[in-house]
Amino acid sequence: MAFMPFIAAGDPDLATTGRLLEELSRSGADLIEVGFPYSDPIADGPVIQASYTRALNNRVKLKDIFTTIAGVSKKISAPLVGMVSYAIIFRHGVDAFVKEAQHSGFAGLIVPDLPGDEAAGFAKLMATQQMDLIQLIAPTTPPDRAAKILKQATGFVYCIAVAGTTGVRKELAPHLAEMLKSLRSQTTLPLAVGFGISAADQIEHLRGLADGVIVGSAIVKHLEALTGDLSKTDAVLRQIGEFTQSLAKAAHRQS
Amino acid sequence: MSVASPASPSSSLIKATSHVPDAEGRFGEFGRRFVPETLMHALEELTVEYAKAKADPAFHQQLDGLMRTFVGRPNPLYFAERLTKECGGAQIYFKREDLNHTGAHKINNTIGQTLLTLRMGKTRVIAETGAGQHGVATATACARFGLPCVVYMGEEDIRRQKLNVFIMRTMGAEVRPVTSGSRTLRDAINEAMRDWMASVEDTHYILGSVVGPHPFPMIVRDFQSVIGKETREQCLTTTGRLPTEVVACVGGGSNSAGMFYPFVDDIAVELTGVEAGGRGPKPGDHASTLTHGNKGILHGTYSYVLQDEDGQTADVHSISAGLDYPGVGPEHAYWKDTGRVRYVSIGDQQALETVRHVARTEGILPALESSHAIAYALDRAKQRPASDIIVVCLSGRGDKDVNEVARLTGQEL
Repeated sequence: MAFMPFIAAGDPDLATTGRLLEELSRSGADLIEVGFPYSDPIADGPVIQASYTRALNNRVKLKDIFTTIAGVSKKISAPLVGMVSYAIIFRHGVDAFVKEAQHSGFAGLIVPDLPGDEAAGFAKLMATQQMDLIQLIAPTTPPDRAAKILKQATGFVYCIAVAGTTGVRKELAPHLAEMLKSLRSQTTLPLAVGFGISAADQIEHLRGLADGVIVGSAIVKHLEALTGDLSKTDAVLRQIGEFTQSLAKAAHRQS
Repeated sequence: MSVASPASPSSSLIKATSHVPDAEGRFGEFGRRFVPETLMHALEELTVEYAKAKADPAFHQQLDGLMRTFVGRPNPLYFAERLTKECGGAQIYFKREDLNHTGAHKINNTIGQTLLTLRMGKTRVIAETGAGQHGVATATACARFGLPCVVYMGEEDIRRQKLNVFIMRTMGAEVRPVTSGSRTLRDAINEAMRDWMASVEDTHYILGSVVGPHPFPMIVRDFQSVIGKETREQCLTTTGRLPTEVVACVGGGSNSAGMFYPFVDDIAVELTGVEAGGRGPKPGDHASTLTHGNKGILHGTYSYVLQDEDGQTADVHSISAGLDYPGVGPEHAYWKDTGRVRYVSIGDQQALETVRHVARTEGILPALESSHAIAYALDRAKQRPASDIIVVCLSGRGDKDVNEVARLTGQEL
């Protein structure tokens, strides 16, 4: 299975984000999701919202995120995928955003508030830039909706493990296996599972069912320690590196 | 999809129609659904259930009965004789939504949506509230039907609206303080949406304004349209004609949408929405979304939004918690761009002075929100001839604001 960590750009600052991306890639991340801080992230739980808020309090701007990514994307092996609200994309200008994202080195985008129904035009635009628009499927998505969404999907399919927001949870939902089996029968695209995953034993449960796991809050949580105190940066980066290595190892293990 | 160019309100080229939204929730270019996939099924289900309810005479019979016996409708269209005389111009009428049970227009929507909740077989209700009026109206409707109810309310608003918090708790609702972001209405909506993402199987979210993803802007407008329908009939009965101008305040825009909608096709009737001008036009000092905002996305809908150049939602300010919102309903965006409704701003100070002025002249204590609309109407009446009729939606009563008004005018309670 692929291991796909998530971090928010600009928490605690963009210089640290650049170093963190290198650390994650070195530690075995197969793909990294980079969250664009947003003031009203309704799909996110408290940990990621707090991370976004810290970044925005530091006045992280869109153009600086792209500059940072452009600097680091060539240096690392893991492809980068942006996680960004359509509110931000629309305000910047849809065409300009996609072009700038592509130029800075993003391989794709996840737009959590642009459901399949609204995504057709945007998906086409992404395709012209050879970028993937990652589609999401939730536990509440009925089969006929899922089939429609899969038709537009490229890159991989983001399978939301629980109805709710992002954040660490102890257990995986019981219906998850069923949902993954059903999706597997309908698409050849890799299935990546996110929301609520934080530990190696959860990853073990997904073996044979999913092709990738996404871990966000459990990683982002480490950055809380850097609020107003960057002196611990090296130690926190090391911690995140070790955590990533352990989860990547669990994900990469051949059964 | 037609995107009309801005036109003056009296223009015969007005392209606004009452036949919106379309099946995808579009009001012209505005509206639609920009929400996480987790909520999409619930929104589709709500759309279907609402269409069924709308076509069901039994649903309307039950709703109308409750409006009559529980809410106290129809409420009067009142001629503000002394204010009219004082202004020396157009005749001023108030649509008395303040006389509804719970003291504001919000109950029109919560009774309707509670009946929808029961039809859908959902067993729990959540809501957001700013001024607390929607929270009280939701708590009241839930108490009436024995549904458990959680209301999300920003910490700052809890401070400003203690009376309503007490009422909600007395009605058996749980009021959950929201401590993120600006700790006002916008953050309360975020938290309610997050709750809904995790509870959507058994919970209905009673959104309180004409905002959010389709079908909410349509459902809330429809339930609030009783305001405009009654006003239209009452004005015809009392004066023999339609009003010259209809005025209502706009935060998210529910009382104004309900007031304006039944007049949209009466091209001769001027419609004016009054936004919160706050302390002035500087960013962060006001909540005049349609006057100063840009097209953008917030809380699942495409409308006008107050945001920075990166799409981050701006902080807003208004003396009134009910108008303190950086977005606005998509139908208002449509009405603005088609020129069907004119949007203006009234500042904190003028709204505050109007509360006392209306109290002393008419014996009515209006809510701070409604005072914005009345303040504009008083100015406007002075410019219009005595043959003209201005109707103002007096959306709520001012009891909830007495602490804040006393504090701001240096008085003790």
